[in-house]
Amino acid sequence: MVNMASTPLNFMPDFDAERPGLPGAGILWLETLRQDGLERFNDLGLPTPKQEAWKYTRLKPFEDTHFQPVTDEDGMAALDDVPSLLPDPGGRPRLVFVNGRIRPSFWIEGDLPDGVHLDGLRDVLAHAPDWVEEYLGQLTGGDDQALVQLNTAMMDTGFVLRVEPGVVVEQPIEVVFIGGLTSQPVAYFPRNLIVLGEGAQASVVKYHAGLGVGAYFANAVTEVNLAPGARLNHYKVQAESLDATHLGSVHVRVAKDATYDSFTLSIGGRLSRNEVSVRLEGSGAHAGVNGAYLMRGNEHCDNTTVIDHLAPHTSCREIFKGVLDDQSRAVFQGRIVVHKDAQGTDGHQLCKTLLLATGAEIDVKPELEIYADDVKCSHGATTGQIDETALFYLRSRGIPEALARNLLVQSFLGEALEEIADDNIREAFTNKVLHWLPAACFLSEEWRGE
Amino acid sequence: MLEIKNLHVSVDGNEILKGIDLSVGPGEVHAIMGPNGSGKSTLSHVIAGRDGYEITGGRIIFKGEDLTGLLPEERAAKGLFLAFQYPVEIPGVANTTFLKEALNAIRRFHGEDELDALQFVKMVRKKTEELGISDDMLKRAVNVGFSGGEKKRNEILQMAVLNPSLAILDETDSGLDIDALKIVSEGVNKLRSPDRSMVIITHYQRLLDYIVPDKVHVLANGKIQRTGGKELALELEEKGYAEFDGAVA
Repeated sequence: MVNMASTPLNFMPDFDAERPGLPGAGILWLETLRQDGLERFNDLGLPTPKQEAWKYTRLKPFEDTHFQPVTDEDGMAALDDVPSLLPDPGGRPRLVFVNGRIRPSFWIEGDLPDGVHLDGLRDVLAHAPDWVEEYLGQLTGGDDQALVQLNTAMMDTGFVLRVEPGVVVEQPIEVVFIGGLTSQPVAYFPRNLIVLGEGAQASVVKYHAGLGVGAYFANAVTEVNLAPGARLNHYKVQAESLDATHLGSVHVRVAKDATYDSFTLSIGGRLSRNEVSVRLEGSGAHAGVNGAYLMRGNEHCDNTTVIDHLAPHTSCREIFKGVLDDQSRAVFQGRIVVHKDAQGTDGHQLCKTLLLATGAEIDVKPELEIYADDVKCSHGATTGQIDETALFYLRSRGIPEALARNLLVQSFLGEALEEIADDNIREAFTNKVLHWLPAACFLSEEWRGE
Repeated sequence: MLEIKNLHVSVDGNEILKGIDLSVGPGEVHAIMGPNGSGKSTLSHVIAGRDGYEITGGRIIFKGEDLTGLLPEERAAKGLFLAFQYPVEIPGVANTTFLKEALNAIRRFHGEDELDALQFVKMVRKKTEELGISDDMLKRAVNVGFSGGEKKRNEILQMAVLNPSLAILDETDSGLDIDALKIVSEGVNKLRSPDRSMVIITHYQRLLDYIVPDKVHVLANGKIQRTGGKELALELEEKGYAEFDGAVA
């Protein structure tokens, strides 16, 4: 049996009581999966700075918060309007979760073609189709990361997207996770599963939005399986409340000639970590892992990526750009591992950060591990401040200093945002960036966004 | 238009300008020539209001008002324009966006309505036509991937759009081949008007073959050493700056 006393998180006893009510209760393989996750989590404990991968991100402030399970009341919190990321949901499919509870009334089915199956995790598990067992937990099983194990034990919400071979989903699917609006700190554990059949294509936009203040903890895990020739555009905006903790990870398996393309925009949250780990398992597999982080106050944001090249002629491209103001901190850890058989690997990684204040800090740790000999790999990292000459140039044309600074920040982030292939999504993300900038500076109409 | 009186400027405690006097009337074109390190660029940056220069004495009067306490954007709004020796590249910001932001900021400063996208495009198209600049330059990011000549033409286009009453051209000829120099000079000449004064800062005489100044000043060792007509430039071309350069290390 599990020794609860060793659990370093003080919310665990409450959640243990919740477990019979979690999705898929009574399914044997799932119970085993959860139990295994819980035991591993208890063995591992929460990460500490003594672990190399957690050297720069401390969970201390979050350990002291007493998180409660989400109640029905929390999940049904009054909501006039859904903070949609993409303008005009129209015929676009959209799923909405509030504090981890799915809200059917905000669900837009959209114009999904035949062969696309989109549902909440709870509903999918209620029917317990065989295929789910084949995928759920398969990419996280060997993981020694405590927070992933915690999610495996506690997964209480999330979505499942399965696209049958050859089906191309034109409309981006938006999934909104709303946090906040609760009277006490709550924790929820979204577990998402995306499975694309051979040659299938889809775009998924995850929007983690915080409403109001209040501390909450979102521990999200997404597993992505891409069959040969499939393509997933996987976009995420993390705009949590100022007191929120967001610890998420994405685990991806990319088969021959398939492409995983992601962009993570982090613009809010007291403490956040977004991990992406990609296994390029077949020749011609490609991963684009990109992101931007904009932090102020005493926010902390960590982007950690691991890309494993396991087959010949695989490629990856990573561009992360950040803007840090006040006392905020960011971490970028990018590991690219080229395994013995992965000849002809092409890998590029770039991390650039703009520091707007002397109190801001970035820790960058690129790691290339190369075991093959015919490999093209590069990485680069820079940290700088606003270019005073460029600032003077803009001001000498009559542009007020604050607006000039905003233009230069936007210019700086442009290189990363350009990696977003879809025009509508790139525009939506750019608008998010503009709204992060000091509001007084949206002087003419295009700067107001919308 | 511009009156500079006994201007002293230091950078990090070193005095660069040691008492400049200069008077430019409406519609006049003045050339300031001088050897490297004479203080030419310092003078242009100080007039435009760049940080990092300490004015230890003297005044810069523009249209009757002392500029020295004003921000660079305020000076621009009041009709001052500096064409840069090295125009700055700003990736990800379209030239039109940049120009429109600048023009509308200046209009707001004067309490005028901002131009909307359509009005702006109409106005800027007229300017590009007059100057013979392709519209393609408007869509591109500010100065990114521009040739030396294109960058300088872009400066001239900005000047045409912002319509300043005083333009300072800082080493506009640097880095240009003779064809580009001609094109840029033509642009400048088109913008000459009785309401617009220009100060052309240059090391070489050749620019003045194309933009003929009313007056030529020789700046050396932080001071205007001599003032004359356009023939002074030819004299400098022949004799060099040695005569004035004695004090410069």
